[in-house]
Amino acid sequence: MVKSTEKTLQVKDLKVYYDTPTGDVKAVDGVSFDVYKGECLGVVGESGCGKSTAAYGILRLVQHPGKIVGGKIDVDGITVSQLNEEEFRKIRATKLSLIPQGAMNSLNPTMNIGAQIKDLIVTHEKSLNSTDLSHRIDGLLRKVGLPLRVVKMFPHELSGGMKQRVCIAIGIALNPSLVIADESTSALDVVVQRIVAQTLKNVQREMGVSMIMIGHDMGLMAQMVDRIAVMYAGNIVEISPIKEFFSNPRHPYSKVLIDSIPSLKERKPLKLVEGITHDPRNPPPGCIYQLRCPLANETCRKKSPSWRNLKEGHQVACHLIEDEDHVAA
Amino acid sequence: MSLLEIENATKLYKISGGLFGKEKQLCALNQFSMNLEASPASITTIAGESGSGKSTIANLVLGFTSLSSGSIRFRGKDVDKMSSAELYDYRKSVQAVFQDPFGVYNPFYRIHHIFKMAIKHFKLAKSKKEGSDLIEEALNVVGLRGEEVLEKYPHQLSGGQRQRMMMARAYMIKPRIIVADEPVSMVDASLRAAILDVMLKMRDQQGISFLYITHDLSTAYQIGDRIFILYQGNVVESGDTVAVIDQPKHPYVQLLIDSVPAPDPDENWGEQIDVPDEEETRFSDAIGCRYIGRCPQKTDLCVSKAPILKPLAVGSQHNVSCHIYD
Repeated sequence: MVKSTEKTLQVKDLKVYYDTPTGDVKAVDGVSFDVYKGECLGVVGESGCGKSTAAYGILRLVQHPGKIVGGKIDVDGITVSQLNEEEFRKIRATKLSLIPQGAMNSLNPTMNIGAQIKDLIVTHEKSLNSTDLSHRIDGLLRKVGLPLRVVKMFPHELSGGMKQRVCIAIGIALNPSLVIADESTSALDVVVQRIVAQTLKNVQREMGVSMIMIGHDMGLMAQMVDRIAVMYAGNIVEISPIKEFFSNPRHPYSKVLIDSIPSLKERKPLKLVEGITHDPRNPPPGCIYQLRCPLANETCRKKSPSWRNLKEGHQVACHLIEDEDHVAA
Repeated sequence: MSLLEIENATKLYKISGGLFGKEKQLCALNQFSMNLEASPASITTIAGESGSGKSTIANLVLGFTSLSSGSIRFRGKDVDKMSSAELYDYRKSVQAVFQDPFGVYNPFYRIHHIFKMAIKHFKLAKSKKEGSDLIEEALNVVGLRGEEVLEKYPHQLSGGQRQRMMMARAYMIKPRIIVADEPVSMVDASLRAAILDVMLKMRDQQGISFLYITHDLSTAYQIGDRIFILYQGNVVESGDTVAVIDQPKHPYVQLLIDSVPAPDPDENWGEQIDVPDEEETRFSDAIGCRYIGRCPQKTDLCVSKAPILKPLAVGSQHNVSCHIYD
């Protein structure tokens, strides 16, 4: 793990809402976190918790009826949330890049792979002669472990794993500071998933690039990330170094997530979870997890919890947990 | 007595070789055999990667495609040769739950529609009252109440609820077998347990057997009785789920289990692996083991002769198809 105090990305109070006839759905409701240089941060949570929306909010790719309501985003010390659309477009792919969820659908079926990578580089860097360009494309393909013949191939000629690796190559083509990988291996078979995930990890280590990995597979998170953030209904409820998180999850929801991982080592009784998430248009006052939390008390129903600081940067938003700052000393 | 017998089921697809090329046959499923006893009810897992033929088995059992050769027998009767009355009974006895709990609903109808359709088609109830009792009972089995869900539209329910609803619908018809094709892969991890639990309950309390088709070995490990692991249409290993996953024998199954990411940051994934794409072994005229393209332990024998599925030892339930164990 790369220990660094330099922050590549700072997100403060990001809010993304979806406009509906019956009120705004608060998909991301005041999310704040940092990503350090060379670090891989995992973001987990159930479908609809806002993890992808948060990523799209950072990249300013939220589409109608979604809207970014507020928040400050700094990349490499520059406040990008103040930039206008044209200035921000230049930041995309050069500083912030995305490896999208469905590689199958994000490549252009009418262009060969080489042309698609070239398109991106030429758009952002203009003058490059063709030899340099093809060297660069070859280098990128080698980095993600693809044979060079892929340059001349079209997306339909590639397998799912190869397409996903092409997307990784496109994601890192302009040496971005931060790569956001949105469920980039979840549609793949286990063996191929392992290959793609390991490629991604190697590339990230080699280039020293920071990464946000969005997903719901806790096993994959354990293998890939340095720190993990747990999202629930548009809020981050716990953020922790990965080892600490697995050995000592603190938020009741994090415990549910860890308990629900099916094991390949021992057969144990299934753990059932009760309760349904609230209507996202109308979150209850107090803690957002109260309707599903078995431990919720009066305080939880009235007041939303503030961050509790535990040891080594482990933070959790829960009334039932005391500050542990003194432990760090 | 055996309930469902699949014998040497083979499914071939013709692939055009172009204008002058030779037409080839792609083998989606090769000589698959299994036997499901009437009692006790069991959960049989069929696992494998995309294109391994696992959904082909589901489609064959459900009658969506026809066999190229081999046979499927239900209570001793060949499904292909059934009269329409027998087929009606077969369709009633073999129900399905599919992968996508979002796509199977018609968004214009309320939830009760899917139940009422099934009651009407299979003539399950004589009166309205009897019908709604049936629905209520089925919903209770999956842990839901009619008043909570029946008047709602599909979009008002969570993925987990919708999938439990499909389980309830299948249950209401009182089948002997439910073919569950990836029933939990699109449902959140925390809600998965509820669906798997319903499967266990139906097996133990209602005597319904499952064909559980999945690519996820860990859920199979938690609930499955028997397992068949497929690679490119062939069974590479089969046996008791716990025995196979605890001590996999086939090199492919070993790699597969090794590749499931361990939910433990201290347990590393192991070194980077690479697999070449291997398409030509899928054609029906291919000789030799289908796994040779990727196998680290291959020998000359593997190239010239395909291994057959056989027990590890005499009388063993654990079968493997690999020359290493000849």
